[in-house]
Parts: sequence; structure tokens; C-alpha cells
Amino acid sequence: MTTTQTTPVAPELMELPARVSLADTVSQTMTLAWRATVKMRRSLEVMFDVTIQPLIFTAMFAYIFGGAISGDVGSYLPHIIPGLIGQTVLTACVATGVQLRQDLDSGVFDRFKVLPIARIAPLAGPMVADMLRYFIAAVLTFGVGIVIGYRPGGGFTGVAGAVLLAVLAGWSLAWIFTFFGLVGRNAQGVQGISLLVMFPLTFLSNAFVPTDTMPRPLEAFAEVNPVSLVITALRDLANDGQVTGSVGWALLGCAVVVAVFAPLSVRRFKKM
Amino acid sequence: MRAEGLVKTFGDQRAVDGVDLEVHRGEVFGVLGPNGAGKTTMLKMLATLLPLDGGQAEVFGHDVHTEPHLVRQLLGVTGQYASVDENLTATENLWLFARLQGLGRIEARQRGRHLLEQFDLTAAAAKPISAFSGGMRRRLDLAASLITRPPLIFLDEPTTGLDPRTRGQMWDTIRELVSEGSTVLLTTQYLEEADQLADRIAVIDHGTKVAEGTADELKSSVGRATLQLELVDVADLAATADLAERMLGEAPVLTPESRRVNIPLQRTDQSVDVLVALRDRGVAIESVTVQKPSLDEVFLALTGHDAGPEQSPDTTAGADRGADRIEAVR
Repeated sequence: MTTTQTTPVAPELMELPARVSLADTVSQTMTLAWRATVKMRRSLEVMFDVTIQPLIFTAMFAYIFGGAISGDVGSYLPHIIPGLIGQTVLTACVATGVQLRQDLDSGVFDRFKVLPIARIAPLAGPMVADMLRYFIAAVLTFGVGIVIGYRPGGGFTGVAGAVLLAVLAGWSLAWIFTFFGLVGRNAQGVQGISLLVMFPLTFLSNAFVPTDTMPRPLEAFAEVNPVSLVITALRDLANDGQVTGSVGWALLGCAVVVAVFAPLSVRRFKKM
Repeated sequence: MRAEGLVKTFGDQRAVDGVDLEVHRGEVFGVLGPNGAGKTTMLKMLATLLPLDGGQAEVFGHDVHTEPHLVRQLLGVTGQYASVDENLTATENLWLFARLQGLGRIEARQRGRHLLEQFDLTAAAAKPISAFSGGMRRRLDLAASLITRPPLIFLDEPTTGLDPRTRGQMWDTIRELVSEGSTVLLTTQYLEEADQLADRIAVIDHGTKVAEGTADELKSSVGRATLQLELVDVADLAATADLAERMLGEAPVLTPESRRVNIPLQRTDQSVDVLVALRDRGVAIESVTVQKPSLDEVFLALTGHDAGPEQSPDTTAGADRGADRIEAVR
């Protein structure tokens, strides 16, 4: 064994930073995001929920509900396409939590924990990589919509803005499922509890039907549901090309979710 | 590294029950114990992976509980739990851990290449970890914890499950590491491994430290040497046993099938007296050995059961006897 240098400084005398700087935290997060993208490339089946699913669901929901809710499919599309983007991105978030659980059970996470890195980095890294998945889901859903006759009034910039918001919202909402990933005992458990939360979040929203047809208590929840806020903003961006107040509300809703679930997750992770 | 009164409880079970350890700079300190003795739990506590339920520990003057970030910067940890990423290649793994620890891109690549060379993994650099043999995997684990040249290295059962040849290679690697001035805390369930590598050894059983000292100290604490004789004629066996018992006051152990007699000695030089007396009586001897006790015997004496994975049922008796032995070592 050859060494190029030894450690001449006594360990007590080494000048060590007492905490991780913000720049280092970002760099560590991006390194772990890189790791997650390599994993994605090696097991492409994790991409099914953001590729095959939008293709099938978009066409299915448009043709099944279109006539019943809006009279015909064409006039339902401006309503359902942004709704489906919200729904698909939320589904993709569930996978974020489940994969985290699987990752936690593998040996490598303990090594991350003994490294002098920011505690948030191993959680945030895969989440940053998953933004790629939300992007694919949003773009594909718009694509299928356009193929079956959707003509977004917001034009290219409106749609691009909506995709951007969808990706951002996906990253924010994923913190909920990251927390479940840390709390659950195994991948099946995480999947179960996540679906239990995902379905009400999806269906008690304005994704598929106007909220004013719901009973009062449900309507009240649907109005403040962050998923509704995001979907309303997506509609405004894609259909009208306007940055309305609803975009602000959507961003606020996402910020609240992150403010609650990110600290909870990191605290939980530290205790594991 | 110093630890005092370490305690870890899982439910109502005390996995680690008041262990004190002190590891000096530049030494290899071995923690020896059977499966489930609490070695790994203890190491995880010292490595900031598990919170302490009692006691305190410091690494180079930094408290494990209050300054975990500082401790982590001084530590390299290799164990079955702190391993590498199965989904990445060897090169990618080393790059990942180097980047996470603040090495620049070029530096990370150079360090990775250097470590692969050092651990004889260059040929497997681009292979997925799933194609690695057990020995290669352990070497990569070790390489990954040496990226920043940490002054203190924890090795948790570095050779468990390896074949003897690969184990020997791993030992060489660890010896080289130590010769470069690293301090190593090693856990193992193999007595031979502790004997080969460790300057000092703590024997752990059921979460408590039952003995501590150098391998020689531990051996002489239990032990006494034995004189092993193989006789030419099995008919002389009884007479030999009689003579030995009269001279030394203790009955030898006989193995008539192989014409052997094992005579326990208080002092090694008593063997000469026995041999002279036997020659005077015309007893012909095929072979003679004087043997010090092995660490295996030490372990058995200290814990009341074997070091292997199988644990004997009389666990409490073992712990009690062990407690007596601590006094013996001191």
C-alpha cells in the first residue's frame, strides 16, 4: 500500500467546521440527486408511474367523465388535463416515499448518516432527482391531452409555466410522503399509508369535478386542499396564460406543506 | 477515544450495559464477543448512529452526543450496516462519497482511482457491486471509509463470512493501515483475528465487559500451560498419570486412543521435572509439547460458552463467571 500523504496534524488540533454550510448542503444534495438519477437509469421500471400511467389515465378519464361532467369530451379537457397533472404528480410523490423507505433499509443510508453531511441532504437529494419524474409526467399529460384535442389557451409559455409549477408542487408535496417513508416500518406499509392519504387529497379536490357540487364540509376541505390550489393555478396558467392570484395561493400552499413536513422529516431522520 | 458507562436498552433488554472503553492513539483495539453480545450496538453508539441511553463518549476530545458533526469528520466506519451503494459501480461509489465529503471533482476522481489501485480493485472499477465477491465488497467498503484519511477507523466485523484466504488478505490490509498511523477500533467474533491484529482486547458478553488486556495478559489470566505427551506404549499411560499427579498434585487428562496425556502445569519449568522423572522410569516418549492456552480457552473460561455463533443456554452463569474474571485480569 502506498500513501501520498499522512496525517501529521493531531486530530485534537484540526480546525473542523462545527456545522455544514448552506453551500455545502446544496452541493451534497445535488451529489445525492446525481446518485438517484443513476439509480433511475439502471431500473427504468420506476418510471412507469410517470410514463405509462399518464398515457392511459389521461385518455381514460377524459372519455369516461367528459360527457357526464361537461357535456362533451372537448369542453372537459381544459378542466381535466390540469387536474390529471395534479393527480399524476401526487401519485409520483407516493413513489418518492416508498423508494426512500427501500433506500433506508439498504446499508448505504447508514453510511450517509456517519458522514459529516447535512442531515437534510440524503432526504432532499432523491427528491430533487424526482423532479425529473414530475416533469415527465406533466409534459406527457399535456402531450396526450393535445393529441386528443386539448388546445391550451395559454400557449407555449402558459403550458411551460404550468409544467414548472407542477414540478415545484411535486417537490413540495413529496415532503408529505417522505415523512411517511421515514415513519413507516417497511415499503408495503409506506405504500399503504401513502395511498390512504393520496386518495382523499386527489378526490377531495377540484381535479375531476367542480367543488360546488360537493357537500359543504367536503367542499370546505377541497377549497383549502393544497392540491386544489395547485390545480387552479395550473388551469389559470395553461388555459389563460395568466399569472393570477391563484398561482400565489398555490405557492403559499406548497410552502406551508414544506414548512410542516420538511422539519418533521429531518427530525425523524435524525432520531433513526 | 474514551467511553464511560455506555448503556443502550431495547425495550427491557439492556443490549449494552455500562461499558467503559479507552482506545489509545495508534493502537488497534479489539472488541471481542459472540454474536449478540452488543459489539455492533456499542460501535453504532460511538459512531453517532444510535443515541446513548446512558454514559458518555468522546472522540479526540469531542463529545459524541453534543458534537456529532465534529466526531463524524474524524471517523471512518466500515461495517455490514455502513456499506456501499449496490446500484452504483465501484468508481461511482468512491466518487459519491468523496464528493459528499467535500472533495472537488478532479480530486474526487484521483482519490477514487488511487484507492481502487491501493485495494486492488482497478479491474472491477466499472462493475456493478452485485458482481463483486465477498472479499472485493469488503475491500471497497473499507476503501470508501478511507477517502478523507480519518484518524480513527471503526471496523465492525471486517472479515465475518470471508473465506480464510480472503481473511488473511484483509488482515494484511488492516495492518498496513495501522502502520500508517491510524487508530483502529475493531470488533470481531474471531479470537484468532483479535489475537492477530489487536494490541489490546476487550471481551464483551451480554452487553458487559468481562475482561480487558493484551492477548498475552488474557491468556495468562486464565491460563496455565499444559505439557502434552504422546507415549510410545499405551501401557505406560496409567503409571505416567500416577507419577504426574504425585509430583504436581493434579490429575492429568488421558486420551488412551492416541496414547496421549495432558498434564496441567503451574509453572512451565515443571515440565522438565516431569520429563526427567519419566526417563528415570524408562517411559518412552514419542512427542512432547508445552502449550500456552489459546484465546479460545480464554474465551470459554471468561464467558462460560464458546465464541462461535451458537450460544450456550447457561448465560447467567457465564456472565457471573466473567465478572469474577475481570478481577483476575486487573
